Amino acid sequence: MSFMRFSYWLRGDRPELGPDQRERLAIETARNRIFITGAMFIVGFTWITYGLVDASVLRQGNEPAVASGTDARELKTERADIVDRNGILLATDLPTNSLYADARVVKDPVESADMLLTALPDLDRDTLIRHLSSRKAFVWIRRNLTPEQQYEVNSLGVPGLNFQREERRVYPHGRLFSHVLGFTDIDNNGIAGAEREFDNELRINNGPLQLSVDTRVQYALEEEVESAMETYSAVGAAGLVMDVYTGEVIAMTSLPNFDPHRPGQAPADARFNRSTLGVYEMGSVFKLFNTAIALETGSANLNSVFDATEPLRVARFSIRDYHAENRWLTVPEILVHSSNIGSARMAMAFGGATQQKYLKKLGMLDKPEIELPEVGGPLVPNPWREINTMTIAFGHGIAVTPLQVVNGISTIANGGIRRPSTVLRQDGAPAGERVFSRETSDLMRRLMRLVVTEGSGKNAEVAGYFLGGKTGTSEKLVNGRYVKNARMSTFVAAFPMQDPKYVVLVTLDEPKGTKKTYGFATAGWVSAPAVGKVVTRIAPLLGIEPANAKAPEIEQALQIELRKGERKLASF
Amino acid sequence: MKSLFGHNTNIAFSRADTSVLGIWWWTVDRWFLAAIILLMGIGALLVMSASPPVADRINVDSFHFVTRQFVFLGLAAACMFSISLLPVKWVRRLASIMFLGVIFLLIITPFIGSEIKGAVRWIHLAGVTIQPSEFLKPAFAVVVAWMFAEGRLNPNFPGYIVSSLMLALCIFLLMIQPDFGQTVVVTSIWSVQIFLAGLPIILVFCLGLGAVGLAVSAYLILPHVQSRVDRFLDPASGDNYQIERSMEAFMNGGIMGRGPGEGWVKNSIPDAHSDFIFAVAGEEFGLLFCVLVVGVFAFIIMRGLSRLMGERNLFVVLAVTGILVQFGLQAVINMASTLQLVPPKGMTLPFVSYGGSATIGIAIGMGFVLALTRKRPGE
Repeated sequence: MSFMRFSYWLRGDRPELGPDQRERLAIETARNRIFITGAMFIVGFTWITYGLVDASVLRQGNEPAVASGTDARELKTERADIVDRNGILLATDLPTNSLYADARVVKDPVESADMLLTALPDLDRDTLIRHLSSRKAFVWIRRNLTPEQQYEVNSLGVPGLNFQREERRVYPHGRLFSHVLGFTDIDNNGIAGAEREFDNELRINNGPLQLSVDTRVQYALEEEVESAMETYSAVGAAGLVMDVYTGEVIAMTSLPNFDPHRPGQAPADARFNRSTLGVYEMGSVFKLFNTAIALETGSANLNSVFDATEPLRVARFSIRDYHAENRWLTVPEILVHSSNIGSARMAMAFGGATQQKYLKKLGMLDKPEIELPEVGGPLVPNPWREINTMTIAFGHGIAVTPLQVVNGISTIANGGIRRPSTVLRQDGAPAGERVFSRETSDLMRRLMRLVVTEGSGKNAEVAGYFLGGKTGTSEKLVNGRYVKNARMSTFVAAFPMQDPKYVVLVTLDEPKGTKKTYGFATAGWVSAPAVGKVVTRIAPLLGIEPANAKAPEIEQALQIELRKGERKLASF
Repeated sequence: MKSLFGHNTNIAFSRADTSVLGIWWWTVDRWFLAAIILLMGIGALLVMSASPPVADRINVDSFHFVTRQFVFLGLAAACMFSISLLPVKWVRRLASIMFLGVIFLLIITPFIGSEIKGAVRWIHLAGVTIQPSEFLKPAFAVVVAWMFAEGRLNPNFPGYIVSSLMLALCIFLLMIQPDFGQTVVVTSIWSVQIFLAGLPIILVFCLGLGAVGLAVSAYLILPHVQSRVDRFLDPASGDNYQIERSMEAFMNGGIMGRGPGEGWVKNSIPDAHSDFIFAVAGEEFGLLFCVLVVGVFAFIIMRGLSRLMGERNLFVVLAVTGILVQFGLQAVINMASTLQLVPPKGMTLPFVSYGGSATIGIAIGMGFVLALTRKRPGE
């Protein structure tokens, strides 16, 4: 019976009452509890209403709003900007609108085309009609409209024409950096230069890409190189400025250049980067490397003399001097008179293996390391015979890019440490790799200065900035033969020589002599003055103060004895 | 004999009309009916707003869902009206047959059903896809109410035991799908009914504790329940895409809404036409409209419950309350999860969300309510 009692209790029932009363009791209980159920629903619906007010009204304002067209962040460009070392904008994206057609919606292709031609008269009518009648869902009509063009097209009201928001790459300095920056295609893919090399980084867009170039220096360099190129009717030119301690390219030009907004309209020659892609026999400029190797290895010192009395005959070749002295020459004299014979004999003294080892260390035997896709690999002899060693001593039989020469001269001038060339701004000098001792570098500084004061680089002299460098003139190889009147004339110089900071190079491709140069088109006449003018303009920009030549510390730093070489009996 | 007034007034049926429809008109709860019809109208409006972007996304005709939902609403109205004509005895019989049929369908669902989003809830029958669990709820509410009422009034009838076994069977069949949301609804119906049937308060508390225990074990045992709750408690922990867009829609709508068809956040809500249709209401019609919708739901529940105050039939009280609990709970859970007040559950907003089974299932339930709450003089 206790189970029954439990079961009554469980149901809230009272068995002692009659059936009618029990039903009334049950209904009574149920009704009372309906109130509780109803009350819980009221709580639930009130809670929902609170949630609604909270979501619709209270959150407004202090929570980020729904994306809207006027949000400034919408204007964030797709591709990162490129800036120079001082933050000057070199390349950026501008939002534009491009016109496309949904040809399925175009009603009358011919009529639509004629209407469209009133707004964009330079479109080709036949192509336009063909596109508009193609039944395709998407056909480009014209990319990157100006706002005015967009307005005009919009007001035509032609059905099926739509605008696609795009970004267009813009280079505020136009042609100035065309070979450094390169360009992008119409879809903003990097195609050349830094745009291509850093395509991924620019797409990821973690802020602007900072290059090592300095817009002011670039402008001065380009203007002077262009002026020299015009004066001497050269077909092309290259110019470089490098920080000797960091390997940073401060300015780099290659002429002719192109408009990066319309690269397709430029001839292939204009898109060819003579500074990093072109490889040339650099001529006598290599005598600096040759002399540095001789001094470093101890196979010669400043007082060593070499026989330059007569042309040097090796196999079927004959090595001659341009300004022949026809006597024994000291090492400084070999540079000042730019003696091929003396240089060749110097190279013979340390030998081909040593020459290769040092040129390898200087990066002359490999592709230049620079963050650009346009790099040219050097042309080096294979096998490396004795005659190659002799001609390479004065820069023939090896072809390298101007960039490599500038990097090599930086190594000589900065105390002997080689650092890779770079177009990216560096914070301080990277570790680098020692090639020459500090002593060799110090002697080379004096010798380079001597070339400008006494030798072929006189025309580069700029008062107070103590340039030191070397000329180099080589005949161009055309179809495997040297052509007499087609030259590459190069002058490379570091300054100020008592404490070199920068290296400047100017190369003119096929310069012609003028009345002023007495018809000469060699480097000393055409390239050296251009380097001088560049230094005159950029030294103040780069914060280098002119110094007094009579200052004792400068005299001491640059002093060198130019003694006449004599045949020494002892050497027999 | 016809009343003299009948021809002079705007009333459709004379009080003296003894035809089936005449009697129905004068005995049915017309306020309740009007609220249901209003809700169906709101549903039709919102499906027109919410479903075209979804249809475009899955590459069907823009009005694919609209057309279908209109057909469903028509069928639903017809079902509701027909059922509301039935006397109490027939409601009980119809619900019992339906219950047995649905149990059969639920048993075969795991074997012949198709898997959608990780759960097997749908079966294809004679060209239509139906979700049996949507039809289970009203039938369950009526049948269990019958069991409780019998058990209460007839001490020899084991109503409590039978209803408990029915609940256990339903929970089992729902959890193998798995369908946690429907399980919650079915369990709630049963709980409210046993509560109304007179369960001692001490046991009500025990039952409450049991429910909490069940919820906790569902969290611990069922990975998808766990992940939803985790994401609700810590929004940063996982993918809350839909719920975030939903909140954004309400924010975008503000008080007055963006206007019909003018919403854009809705375009990025995958289930805008079904579980998240309330967010579309918020974006396009605004806070005031949403409050109106909440008000209609609340009115339906309160009207239904108040109608029971004069009721003398325990079975009717329990059945109607059960169905109203189903209806109200679905509405509250759906709106609360759209508003990020509770973890999201796959639950439709009655008569508003797109869905054939859900709409017709709810309509059958409302038909039961209408039939059971008709005035029965002389009973």
